[in-house]
Amino acid sequence: MNFKSIRTIIDKEWAEVFKNRMVLFTMIFMPLIFTVLPLVMLYFTGQEMGDMGGVGTADVPAEFLSACSSDMTGAECMQVYLVNQFLLLFMMVPVIIPVTIAAYSIVGEKTTHSLEPLLATPISTFELLVGKSLAASLPAIIVGWISFGLFVAALPLLGVTKSVINYIAGPTWLLAIIIAGPLMAIASVNLTIFVSSRVNDPRTAEQISTLFLLPILGLLFAQLAGVIVINVMVMLSFIGGMILVDIGMVYLGTSIFQRENILTRWK
Amino acid sequence: MIEAKALTKIFEIKKGDDIPAVVDLNLSIAQGEVFGFLGPNGAGKTTTVRMLTSLIGPTSGQAWVNGFEVGKEDQEIRRNVGVLTEHPGLYERLSAFKNLMIYANLHDVESAEKQVEKYLHMLGLWSRRDDPAGSFSKGMRQKLAIARALLHEPQALFLDEPTSGLDPEAARLVRSFIEELGDQGRTIFLCTHNLNEADRLCNRIGIFKSRLIAVDTPANLRQEIYGRKVVFHLRALDPAWKKLIGTIEGVRDVQLVDQKIVVGMEDPEGLNPKIIRLLVENGADLLFVGELRHSLEDIYLQTLEEEGVIKDEL
Repeated sequence: MNFKSIRTIIDKEWAEVFKNRMVLFTMIFMPLIFTVLPLVMLYFTGQEMGDMGGVGTADVPAEFLSACSSDMTGAECMQVYLVNQFLLLFMMVPVIIPVTIAAYSIVGEKTTHSLEPLLATPISTFELLVGKSLAASLPAIIVGWISFGLFVAALPLLGVTKSVINYIAGPTWLLAIIIAGPLMAIASVNLTIFVSSRVNDPRTAEQISTLFLLPILGLLFAQLAGVIVINVMVMLSFIGGMILVDIGMVYLGTSIFQRENILTRWK
Repeated sequence: MIEAKALTKIFEIKKGDDIPAVVDLNLSIAQGEVFGFLGPNGAGKTTTVRMLTSLIGPTSGQAWVNGFEVGKEDQEIRRNVGVLTEHPGLYERLSAFKNLMIYANLHDVESAEKQVEKYLHMLGLWSRRDDPAGSFSKGMRQKLAIARALLHEPQALFLDEPTSGLDPEAARLVRSFIEELGDQGRTIFLCTHNLNEADRLCNRIGIFKSRLIAVDTPANLRQEIYGRKVVFHLRALDPAWKKLIGTIEGVRDVQLVDQKIVVGMEDPEGLNPKIIRLLVENGADLLFVGELRHSLEDIYLQTLEEEGVIKDEL
C-alpha cells in the first residue's frame, strides 16, 4: 500500500470538495444545529428546574428509568431522558457529511470525466478507494467529535448538574460518538459509492444514500415511543450490527469500485 | 515497444449478448514510432487504448508495452505510459499547478514542483498556473491534459483525439507539440479522426473497425489502394493521345479529364520521360507534370468501403 498516493488523493479531495459551498454548508451548519439544539433544550430545562422541583421519577417514562442512576433527582432523570433523544442527532453527523462529500466527489469525477486519467496512474483501486473513503469520512468523524466535545464542554457553563454531565459523558454516548459514528461513516461512504456508480447527479446520490439514516430514525422513534431505551447494551448491539453492515458495505464498495467496472459499466 | 498478439475484448451486455469491441488485434509498434490509429466512431479505438494502458483487461490475447505484459504487470505499464484521454478530465476547481502536482505525486515524480513548472512553461501555461482549470479555454485545457500525461516522462504516449474540438490555432499548437514529442524519440499511439493530422504526424497508420483492416505507411497505403498516378496538364487535349500512351509498356490505365491526362503506372520515374517525349512529338503543349496524391481520407474511406464497413453503417 502506497501511503503517499492515499495522502495525495485525500489532499486532492479536500482541496476540491471544500471549495463546494453545498459541502461546506453541510459540514458547518448541520453539526452546529445538532450541538446547539440540545444545549438550548438543557439551558431552558435547567432554568425551569425550580418549577420542576415537583418532578419525580414517576414522571419519567417507566422504560427509561433504568437509564437513570440512583443518585439522580426526578428532574435530572427527565433531563437525561430529553437529552438522550439528541444522541441520535449526533449519530447522524457521521452519516450525512460523508454522504455529501462522497456524492459530490464521485459523481463530480464522473461528470467531469476525471476518473479515467486518475485510473491511468499507478495508484491501485484499493488505494484510491481508501483515499476517497478517508477523505469523506475523516471530516465527518472529526466534526462529530468536535461537536460532541463542544457540547460536553458547554454543559457546566449552562448549569447542568454533575449527574447529568456524567451520564452524557458516560459509556452510552461515548460508544455512540467514538465507535458507532466512524462505523456508520464507513458504511455510508460505501453506500454512496454504490449509489454514485448508478446516477449522474450528486444531489440524487446524496438523497438516495441518506436513506441510510432510516435505521437511526427508527431508533429515535422507538425510543420516543418507549419501545427501547438507548443504553450501553443497545449501543453495543448496534455497534455489533454496524460491524456486519460495514463488512457488507465495504465488500459492495470494493466490488463496484474496480477500474473495468468504473470505465465500462458505470452509467 | 508496443506489441499485441490476437488481442481481443468482448463486452457481455447481457448473458448471451456479446459485443466484440476488439477482435484479434496483431500489432507491433517500434520505439520512437508515431502510430496513427484510425477508425469510425465505436470502432473500438478507445477500448484498445484502455487495454494497452492496463485500464481494462483483454478477454483473450496478449499485449506488451515497454516490455511489460498487459494483465500481469499492469502497475508497471501505468507507471511507464502517458495517457491523454478523450476528455481532458481536469479538476476544474483546482489551479493548473495543483492539477499537475496531484499527478506528479501519484507518479512519484522526483522534484515534482520543478517538473510541473517545466511543463507549464513548455506549454505556455505558466502565467495562468494559479487560475482554476475550469476557467481555461478548450485549447488550454487540452494543453494542461497533455502536460499531465508527460509529467513522469513516459517513453510511450497514448493520445486519444488530442485535437478534437479545438480551434485551428489551438489544434496547430497541439500538433506541433506532438511532432516535437515524436522528434524526442517517444513512441506515440495516436487515435484521431483528423486524417490530415494523421497523415502529417504518423510514420504508420492502422485502419481499424473492431479488427485491424490495414496497416502501413501512408505512402504505401496510397500505392496499395490506388497505385501511382501522374497527371499531365496540357494546353489542349487530343483524344488520340490516350491510345498512344496506352501502348507504352508499364502503363496501367489512362484517363482524360478536362485538359489533363491521368496515367496510372508503377514506375513514374522510368515512364514519365517516355510519355513526355511521345506527347511533345505528337504536338502536345505540355504545361506541367505532377503526381496525383490521394488524400488519407480517400484511402481511409476506400479501405472501409472495401471492407463493407461504410455500407454496413449506411
